[in-house]
Formats: sequence, structure tokens, C-alpha cells
Amino acid sequence: MDTATAETQGEAHDEKHEHMSDAGYIRIALILAAITALEVSTYYIDFGPFFMPSLMIMMVAKFVMVVSYFMHLKFDNKVFSFLFYTGLALALFVYIVALATFKFFLQ
Amino acid sequence: MADTMHAAAHAADHGHHSATGLSNNKLAMWLFLGSECLLFGGLISTYMLYRGRVSDGPHPSQVYDIPFTSVSSFVLLMSSLTMVLAVTSAQRNDDSKTNLWLTVTALLGATFIGGQVYEFTTFYREGMGFTTSLFTSSFYTLTGFHGVHVSVGVILLLATVGIIKRNKVTGNKAESVELVGLYWHFVDIVWIVIFTLVYLIPA
Amino acid sequence: MAIIERPSSDVAVTATAPATVTPTSSQGALKRPVSARGWREWLFTVDHKKIGIMYGVVAMFFFIVGGVEALLIRLQLAAPEGRFLSADQYNQMFTMHATTMVFLFAMPMAAAFANYFLPLQIGARDVAFPRLNALSLWLLVSGGIVLNLAWFLGGAADGGWFMYAPNSGPVFSPSNGVDFWTVGLQIAGIASLIGSINLIVTVLNMRAPGMTLMKMPVFTWMILVVQFLLVFSLPVITVALVLLMFQREYGATFFDVSAGADPLLWQHLFWIFGHPEVYVLILPAFGIISEVLPTFARKPLFGYPFVVFSGAAIGFVGFGVWAHHMFAAGLGPVSVAVFSIATMAIAIPTGVKIFNWLLTMWGGKIWYSTAMKFAIGLVMLFTVGGLSGVTHSVAPSTTQQTDTYYIVAHFHYVLFGGMVFGLFSGFYYWWPKVFGRMLNERLGSWNFWLMVIGMNMTFGPMHILGLQGQPRRMYQWTEARAGEGFFNLAFWNVVSSIGSFILAVSVLVFLVNVWKTWRAGKQAPLDPWDARTLEWLTTSPPKAHNFDRIPVVHHLDEFFHRKYEEDTATHTMRPVTDGASLVEEEIRNADANIHLPSSSYWPLVLAVGISTLGLGVLYGVPVMVIGAATVLLSSFGWVLEPSVAPETDFEDPSHGDGHTKEVVPLG
Repeated sequence: MDTATAETQGEAHDEKHEHMSDAGYIRIALILAAITALEVSTYYIDFGPFFMPSLMIMMVAKFVMVVSYFMHLKFDNKVFSFLFYTGLALALFVYIVALATFKFFLQ
Repeated sequence: MADTMHAAAHAADHGHHSATGLSNNKLAMWLFLGSECLLFGGLISTYMLYRGRVSDGPHPSQVYDIPFTSVSSFVLLMSSLTMVLAVTSAQRNDDSKTNLWLTVTALLGATFIGGQVYEFTTFYREGMGFTTSLFTSSFYTLTGFHGVHVSVGVILLLATVGIIKRNKVTGNKAESVELVGLYWHFVDIVWIVIFTLVYLIPA
Repeated sequence: MAIIERPSSDVAVTATAPATVTPTSSQGALKRPVSARGWREWLFTVDHKKIGIMYGVVAMFFFIVGGVEALLIRLQLAAPEGRFLSADQYNQMFTMHATTMVFLFAMPMAAAFANYFLPLQIGARDVAFPRLNALSLWLLVSGGIVLNLAWFLGGAADGGWFMYAPNSGPVFSPSNGVDFWTVGLQIAGIASLIGSINLIVTVLNMRAPGMTLMKMPVFTWMILVVQFLLVFSLPVITVALVLLMFQREYGATFFDVSAGADPLLWQHLFWIFGHPEVYVLILPAFGIISEVLPTFARKPLFGYPFVVFSGAAIGFVGFGVWAHHMFAAGLGPVSVAVFSIATMAIAIPTGVKIFNWLLTMWGGKIWYSTAMKFAIGLVMLFTVGGLSGVTHSVAPSTTQQTDTYYIVAHFHYVLFGGMVFGLFSGFYYWWPKVFGRMLNERLGSWNFWLMVIGMNMTFGPMHILGLQGQPRRMYQWTEARAGEGFFNLAFWNVVSSIGSFILAVSVLVFLVNVWKTWRAGKQAPLDPWDARTLEWLTTSPPKAHNFDRIPVVHHLDEFFHRKYEEDTATHTMRPVTDGASLVEEEIRNADANIHLPSSSYWPLVLAVGISTLGLGVLYGVPVMVIGAATVLLSSFGWVLEPSVAPETDFEDPSHGDGHTKEVVPLG
């Protein structure tokens, strides 16, 4: 197996060619900055009952955007997503359950 | 003879001959990051449980400076952008651009750490010692661990710049930068969670 | 180890005159230890087989240490008002017995088997990260040393292996035993975390061509599940240990009730790790007997996909049952009910395995070798332990069982009857492959039967003792509380203590067997058991590069299918060749260029650095600084070092005679 074939085969498995240009990444960064500004605005503006849900949504949105685009997980092989999101899911599960036994979510 | 040996070494380092076609190093890094979710999850949960237990010293609302921390958070977020630019430069084989963006990322990271140091010393002066209360212990442990991770990241970034400059990268250069990037972005997303849960949601 | 060049002419590659390779030029400050012989060959090796053997030796050493600790406990409890150990010494003894057995014997022994055999079973030449592999080993050694240093420096840890807070804090555990425990475990934990990442990547990426995941041997599968359990559970105990460390060393109040702390936080963090940990302990043994049973029943494993999926299910569900260790802690009825049901559920996949093993044996032509006896022993004894475990899942009944000897009985049946029996099965099964010699079967039989009798005599009565009310972790029991009748606490404690010494003799028999085999053991044929999996397609012991030619895999039980063909007329498998001939064929078709990673100093240096950093937590900032500096320096050294030393580090000693650079295999 000559190196050239090996490399193209490997690349086919590994990742599609770069979808995002630098401009694309800058766009993502601007969106993230905007969301951050919105998050900080909750400190100044009273969101009422929307306070918690909107903060949580924004936090998750930023998290997923950095993981999917900056860390390129959206475009990479699904195995990487499996490994990372399994860890994340397990963390969410065990810690939410543990906090629940402390009646944390009932306060 | 030397050529075949070099070819063999070259191929093994590339990881293209793996059963999945994926790189060993990249798989390892994502696994590591998956496990780090459980580490920070534990520290965050400890904080969430103990944030209101202020046996002594100040309450979170009395010390947190949201505007200041917002600026630090923004700095760290932007460092993720510069990190991505470093990775794309490395993928284009542009060493000088790569080193430029890596250095900027390191500087932004160092700025974040500087901000943390300033914040901690201010808190300390306001009566928030490490052992003052459960809130303070949990806060410093969580943010301290994050800060150490960022600092290690800054060292990694600068070390990478140095190694690229001296042309001593063993293995795939673009991949090495990419993996440093993955670590760096992870440190950023942990902060995304910390900023919301610790600072923005009042105790 | 070396770069192996084969001459183009057909030369039988046998271990005749080893070509010694010595470095002629230095690379930077230090030459890579490519020529190392003797102890240096072992200290700087990155070869998974050598590392596996070292893990095994270390683990065996700690098995004896932990066993002695157990015997001392049983001596103390043999008679009422025992005065053999003081209360304080007793606390240290049961803490260190458990800590040693779990972290310094069981996990490293599983690592020994995994390290040695996983690459062989998947047709690889080494693991994905050989230097990280060595790092794991040396970190484990350092962790074990730190843990046991406490014995000599003011007393060992004494809070129980689960180290409940606030008892573990500075007020109630003032000696520095717990400090060494915390640091030592952190170090050992890092070793396992690194190892788990290494083995997962190895299984994903280094399988031989044609070996899909569902053609992997069950042992490999179980090890893979274990690594996932470790990679996701270890960080949780890391958090717990950090919190405890900060409390003890720096005055944090994480478990200080007067500051508002909740002791249950420790329990949650510990058991979120601790429960997956027990599956970490048992799954390797399950994997071993899943190889042994089919081999000696002369039948394929019954229900391979079920065995694989149930292993994965156990791993997955295992993350959801941890609070069954906390049923008596005051969680409240809702939490208790939820975890009770989850715990009952996890018995199901385990039961599936038991049935698959039984059905593997059913209708087979059983060869009662020692390995097979231990495997059958596991199936029976683990079932007993599993059944008592099911009684624990019923929360009302466990409220009586908790903190009594009934629990001790349960986990010793699953750990000794299950895990240890599985490991011993593995010893007898794989000894010929690793060392080229057969362990003596007669001594093996004595080993087995003494172990069965000793184990049941020691732990069987503990079910009764528990139900009679003997609490755990009490350094003494009194005549007054021994109860009425002949079969009371006094009786069963004596029986148990006698049993423990029979167990000790059985282990001695094993050690005698090992020693006698080492001195004058029977040379092993290449395939003494007519086995089924790829690790047998090698010499005994395997060469440094494992396979002369990377095998192409077409079947589950590939090795078996190369030896046997189906006779379409009778629908039986008939032999077409044997193991030895297959290996000879591989030698004849050996790859021309085989390249292996070179030895390195850095894993050992980095391990020392990390341990120094850890000890710095106990001994102050100067030590921490030295540790941190060592870590930084060795990290740079590591990263800058290519995986294979440059050609200039090797000298070709024999110019022109055709044999160059072949390094002698182990043995």
C-alpha cells in the first residue's frame, strides 16, 4: 500500500475537507459574543420567569457551538462524538441524580 | 534500508493505517476530554451544593463583580477563535501564521489568568479566604482547578510555538496543533458553564 | 526495542546468537536506552509483554501483602476479646487490606493480563501508546509505595477503604495515614486513567485486518468495557480525593459538619466511582473464563453476542446503581426505591452470562484442567455471591445486612470466588504462552481444592455471622455478645479463621508451583490446550514483535478456524493442521520490515516527578516545586523524543553476515 493511497483513504475516514473558512469561524465567534452579551444582560435586565430557562439555553447553545464548530466535532467522524458525548451524558446523569438526592432541585 | 525504515516510521506516526482510519492521538484526546467532563462535573456539583452555605465571610452576591468577570469571559471566548485560526493556519502549513495565532491565544489566556488572579486577590481582601466557608472553599477549588487547566494550556501553547520554531515536531504538525486546540476549547467550554452557573445565576 | 531487518534469503528465525545493539552516538544529553540488558531492559522497556509481567509481579507481591493483612485480621477475630491487634492497628489493617487488594492487587493483575494479551488477541504488535503504557506501570508502583509508606511513617490509613467523611477528616483521623492514602490513590488513579485511554485506542485502532469488533475475543471485549468504566469513573474519585486532601492539608471544610457540610457528598462521589469499580474488578475475570470454558469444553462460547452485550450492559447500568451502597445513610424512600430497582435490574445481564457459560459447558467434552476447574469454580462461587447481592438490592433486608458480616460474605464471594478464581484460571491457562512452561497440574489441583475449601470455610460462615449480628470493622467481639448455642459467633469465627489459613496454604501451593516450574518446569508445546484465539498463533513466549506476519482475520475464534475445517457430511469440525505448524508457516512468511518503538527513560522519570509532586502536598512547597519541575522537564523530553530512536543510536554489529539487529525474544 503506497503512502499516497493510504493518506487519501485515511482522510476519507477521518474528516471531510474543511467546511469553514476563517471568515466562517469569525462569524461563529461573533454569534458567541452576541450570546454572551445577552447572558450578561440578565444581570441588568429583569427576565422574570424567563431568567433561568434563557440562561440555560444560552449556556448550552454556546457550549454546543464551540464543540461542534471550533472543535470541529460536527464534521468529524461520529466516533469522536460518541466518546465525548458519552462522558458528558454520564456526567450530567450522575451529578443531577446525586444533587437530586440532596433535594437540590426542590429549593 | 534507511528509506524503508523511515517510511515505516512515517506511516505509523500518521495513524492512517489504523483499523478505524482515525488518528490514535485524536481518539485519545477526545476520550480524555470526555473523562474531564466528569472531573469538572464533580467540582461544579460540589459548588452548586455548597454555594449557599456561608458559615462565615461574604455571600456570593456580595463579592462577585459581574462586569469584570464578563470581560474575562469574553477574553477567553475570543481566545478560542484565535486558537481555531492557529489550527487552520497549521493545516495550510503556514508556520509563521500558526505561531502568531498560538501566541495571541496564549496571551489572551494569560490575560484571563491575570483577571482571575486579580479577582481572587480582591475577594481575599474582602474576607473571602479559602477556608472561610463551604462557599469559599468550593468556589476557589472549582475556579482554581479551571485556572490551573488554563495555565497548563498556556504552557502547552507556548511550548508548541517553541517546538514549531525549532522544527522539532515529531509526528503530524497540523494534528498536534489541532489537539492543543481541542484541549484549549475544552477549557473554554468549561468556563462557559462556570460563568453561567457560578456567576450569573445568583445563589 | 529494535528495528528488525530480515535478510532476503530464507533463514529460520530462531533465537541463536543475539545481536547486541549498542548506541554509538548520543542524542542530546542522553542516549536512548536501546541497548539495555538486564534490569535496565525492564526499567526502560515500552514492550507491552514486559510491562504486563511487571504488573503481574507487583500485583502478586501486593496479593501476599494484602493476604497477610487479612490473616492478621482473622487472628484477631478468632477468639473473643482478641488482644492480638489493638483497635487502632485493627482499623489500619482492614483499611489497608481492602485498599491493597482492590487497588494494588486486583486492578494491576487485570492490567497484567490486559497488557500482555489484549494486543496479542487483536493481532497487534503493541498498544497504541507504548511509553504511556510504561508510565502507567511506574505510576502504579509509585502509588503503591506511597500508600504503604504510611506504615513506616506514623501509621497507615485507618478510615476504611471507602474512607467515609467526616471520620476521614483531620479531627477523627489525625495520623497522616489518610494523607498518604489520598496521595497514593491519586497517583494510582492517574495510572489507570492513562491506561484506560491507551487500551481503548488500542482496541479501536490496532485490530488486525478483518477483525471487526464482533470478531474480537470476549476477554478483549470485557477489558474494553472495563476501560470505559475506568475512564469515566476515575475522575469522580479524583474529585473526592481532592476535596479530602484540601480539607486535611489546607483546612477546607468540605466535610466539616459544623460549617454546614453534608457527609453524604463524600459517599456519593466515592460510590459513583466505587460501584463501576466493582465491575472493573470482575469483568476481566469474566473475560478470562469466557476464553477458558470454551477451550476446555471443546465447544465455542454459547451466545457470543449475548455475552458481549451483557458485558456492555453491566458496564452501562453500573453507573446508575451506586447509591445502593448508601441505603442505610438516610437518603429517603424515593432515592432508595429508585436505586433498589436499578440494582435488581443489573442482576439480569450478569445472569445472562452465567447461563451462557453453563450452556457452553453443556454437551461439551470437558477437560478438567486446573484452569477449567478454576473457571467452573468462578461460575459456582460468583453465583453464590451474586445471590447474596440480590438480597442486598432489597432495601428493607439490606437495612439489616448493612455493616454486618453478611456484606463481607457477599463481596468476598464475588471478589475471591469470582475475581480471584478467574485470575487463577488465567494463570494456569496462559502460563505456557508467557513463560514457555507448563505449571504443574497436580500442584494445580491441590491449589484449586485447597482454595475452594479455604474460601468457603472463610467466607461461608460470614453470612451466618452477619445475620447473627456481628458488625463489620469491630476489632473485637465478646463472649457476652457471642450468642447462645453451639453455632454462635464464637464457633463461626473460629471456622472462618481456620479457613483463612487454609486459603493461605493454597496460595503457598501456587507459589511453590510457580517456583518449581521456573526451576525445572515442563517445556510447553506451542498450543497445549488446543485453544481458539490469536494469542496462541505465536511462539512461547512470543517474540518481541509478537507476530512474524500480521494475521488477516476471517472468523471469530480465528486461530481455531485455521486449525479446523467443517466436515460438511458430518457437520463436525475436523482438524486440518495444528498450532505448531501454523506458527512455523508464519515464520516462513515473516514480514520483511518490522518496526517497534524504542525504550525510553521518560516514563520512569515522569512517574517519579508526578509522585514527588503528590508527596509535595504532604511535605511542602519545595518538594512540590521539585516535582513540578521534573514533570515539566520530562514532558518536554518525552514530546521531543520520536517513538523510534534514530538509526544513529543503533550500531550494526555484524556487517554483512546477513543477520542484523534481531533482538532475542523474552525467556
